[in-house]
Amino acid sequence: MSERLIAYLPLLASLMFASGILAPLLYKPFGKRLGLLLAVFPFLIFIVLLLLAPKLGSSSAIVTREFFSLAEGIDFSIRADGLSLTFGLMISGIGFFILLYSAFYMKKYERQGQFYLYLTLFMGAMTAMVFSDNLMALFIFWEITSITSFLLIGFDHHLEKPRQAALQSLLITALGGLTLLFAVILIGNIAGTYRISEIIDSGLKLGEHPQALLIFIFILIAVLTKSAQFPFHFWLPGAMQAPTPVSSYLHSATMVNAGIFLLLRVHPFIGDFYLWKGTLMVAGGITMFLGAFFSMGQTDLKRILAFTTISALGTMVMLIGIDTSHSIKAALVFFIVHAMYKGGLFMMAGIIDKSTGTRDITRLANLTRGLPLTTAATVLALISMAGLPPMLGFIGKELVYEAKVQLPGLSWLVLPLGVGANIMMVAISLTIFAELFYPSVRKQGVPFRHTEKEFPWYFPAGTIILAAAGLVLGLAPGLLDKIISNALLFSGNDDVRVKLSIWHGFNQVLLISVLTVVSGVVVFIFRHRVMPLISSLIRWFDRLFLPDVFAGAIKKYVEVAARSTERIQHGYHRFYLMTFFIVTMLLVAIQTFFSGMPVIETSGLSTLKLHILALLVVSSLAAVFAVFSGGRLTAIVAMGVVGYGVGLIYLFYGAVDLAITQFLAETILMVLFVMVMFKLPKFEKLSSRNSKLRDGIIALSAGAMVTLVVLNARFVNVFDPISSYYAAKSYVEAHGRNIVNVILVDFRALDTLGEITVLTLAAVGVYALFNIRVRQLKEKEKNQ
Amino acid sequence: MELVLAIFIGLLYACGVYLVLRRSIIKVILGVFVLSNATNLIIFLAGGIRRSGKGFIPEGAETIDPALISDPLPQALILTAVVISLGISAYILALKFRYFEVTGTHDLDQLSKTDD
Repeated sequence: MSERLIAYLPLLASLMFASGILAPLLYKPFGKRLGLLLAVFPFLIFIVLLLLAPKLGSSSAIVTREFFSLAEGIDFSIRADGLSLTFGLMISGIGFFILLYSAFYMKKYERQGQFYLYLTLFMGAMTAMVFSDNLMALFIFWEITSITSFLLIGFDHHLEKPRQAALQSLLITALGGLTLLFAVILIGNIAGTYRISEIIDSGLKLGEHPQALLIFIFILIAVLTKSAQFPFHFWLPGAMQAPTPVSSYLHSATMVNAGIFLLLRVHPFIGDFYLWKGTLMVAGGITMFLGAFFSMGQTDLKRILAFTTISALGTMVMLIGIDTSHSIKAALVFFIVHAMYKGGLFMMAGIIDKSTGTRDITRLANLTRGLPLTTAATVLALISMAGLPPMLGFIGKELVYEAKVQLPGLSWLVLPLGVGANIMMVAISLTIFAELFYPSVRKQGVPFRHTEKEFPWYFPAGTIILAAAGLVLGLAPGLLDKIISNALLFSGNDDVRVKLSIWHGFNQVLLISVLTVVSGVVVFIFRHRVMPLISSLIRWFDRLFLPDVFAGAIKKYVEVAARSTERIQHGYHRFYLMTFFIVTMLLVAIQTFFSGMPVIETSGLSTLKLHILALLVVSSLAAVFAVFSGGRLTAIVAMGVVGYGVGLIYLFYGAVDLAITQFLAETILMVLFVMVMFKLPKFEKLSSRNSKLRDGIIALSAGAMVTLVVLNARFVNVFDPISSYYAAKSYVEAHGRNIVNVILVDFRALDTLGEITVLTLAAVGVYALFNIRVRQLKEKEKNQ
Repeated sequence: MELVLAIFIGLLYACGVYLVLRRSIIKVILGVFVLSNATNLIIFLAGGIRRSGKGFIPEGAETIDPALISDPLPQALILTAVVISLGISAYILALKFRYFEVTGTHDLDQLSKTDD
């Protein structure tokens, strides 16, 4: 049964990819309903996964045969275990609502076909990534998510900010992608396979391997960049320049969570490395606190949410760093919690934007009147974010605290950071609620443009259903037990007992929770003092810090590249040639100097023939005359003399056909030249005396070099000449007595065909050039 | 003889290089002619010039002793090269003709920028 179910997955995923690629075409017939149509695929995947989940049990993983192989060892096969199901369910479930949401949100956008193309591809790549059983396939889909998210973040590419944000996210995540590739190759080399199932089954532990440090650093960079961890966190707030459905999806279940997924995926075989704990805990802890702290200083709703995402990701990374069965269980639950409330809240931000025209929390107030259902859902999501009962968020947060409290040794550092971050979360949740929804008399919000009743059902559906799901899971957390237990097993934990419940009795953790809530309320009450303080801190931090520094570095890099390109590609053809000649001469000089060849070898020369000598003298004089002649006609005639002279040399040495061709070609050229000449300008003196002198020196050295090369080349015989073959076979096989002709039209007929092609093309080109009506073109230009 | 021919080729190369380094496009075209002639000669010389019989198989015979004739293979290759360089030269000339008509200049330095 499960085998059959899983067989649907690649089919559905490919359908999703295909529908995505076809989206620009489908947009015409389906128009604004395209989003609804495309939502079918993630929905079906969600259903399949939901049916698959109970079949999995708590200790088995399903791995299919490979159904497509890109290259030796790089094949695509599906691995379904608790980990991929947890992520896959979130990706497809939230993806479904995002597409429904987009169908309305993107209504007025242009290029919707493209939008759905990028979004669906992104969704497909994300799904395929978590189900890949091959590390290489995982890497490929990882990169596809980077590229498609770049296109999505920069979707409003006529504006500068989205463009910048998109570029920044691409550069940073692509860096991580590159290091991931290195890590994957290294792991593959050590394990002898790229298959995750084989690596896990073999029980490989890389922690003691001499290359473990390198692999860990590569994976760390991949995770920190993708999951927006300190010090790479700055691209994520910028990424909210994307259309809201995209931010909502990127932040909740996908993209930034890919790093978390990767950590859990590789945990079984590299989690034992000695730096794993410390590094991840520090990076995650700092990110967690900074994100929560900075979210208090924002006024743009999406920006607030973006910083809370950073904080949540930090929490997950830190939990994975703590590296106990407890903490990883907490990370998994927290991932589900966060995906649900964050997806809902971002969609809420978009709904508010649509109904009022702003996302600035200082200008919004009393939204309950127009958006009753959204308000209810948002309140639930905010409760989940604040970590209060009865939402799933409460269970998540309790688990997180428990993991931190039980951490041997370091809980004194981790716990305060975590509590601090959660205090901020409580405060920011309260702030959002108070500013937006609490009936206020003092604050006059902007008026509604649209109320909830004017929206179609599928627009607020995501926010409402995700909030409801958070509530249901909060009340019946046992539903998650099995799948998380399975995920724990396959992310390399010994203790896989999971029994989630909302009430843990009175204990230390509950006490900390109460303390957190109280402090959060206090911060909230004094928020008007706290917020300006934090925003001034942020400004100070920003000036000193990252996005600008990063943008500056990129700008500098481009400048340097442009300058050096300009220096090399200056556009003066004679300097290009000069560079070319000088470099060649230097190379030849070095080669002759070191090879110890005699400069001139005089042995074995043929006898001097006086008539040829005379011919050469005349031709030489003609060539020199052509160079220095001031008139066009004389120069051309002198050049003709050289050409005929060369033809005569051929003739004297028995090359009859060659001589005839040379005479003919030379004649045609002369005729052409004379035809064109009278329409060409007279020679002018364009070069200075110095440049003439310089060119003269270069020319003479080039001449000397060629003479030396020619003289030495006589003694280079790498292969036996094959000419005797032609002499022997010319008549017998090709029935021709003129050997040169036979070579041309028979033995090397393809060469001749190529030659004819060139000649034909040249003839067509000449014909076309002479037939352009230049004057008419010019007049047309003037008229315009 | 090879020595003299090599010096001749060197001289042609010197002339050709000097010409292609000029700014006037006509001189550059002339330089290309010279260089292609000189290069053909190098190939010809590489075939050896000690034998100078014509590459024909006499009536009645089926083969000919390769020692009697000059090497036919470089000849065939050069023949191809000559024809191709004719085509290219004709094309450059036509291009130059149009170029001068459109831009009114024959100074290659004016070409260094693609815009105007």
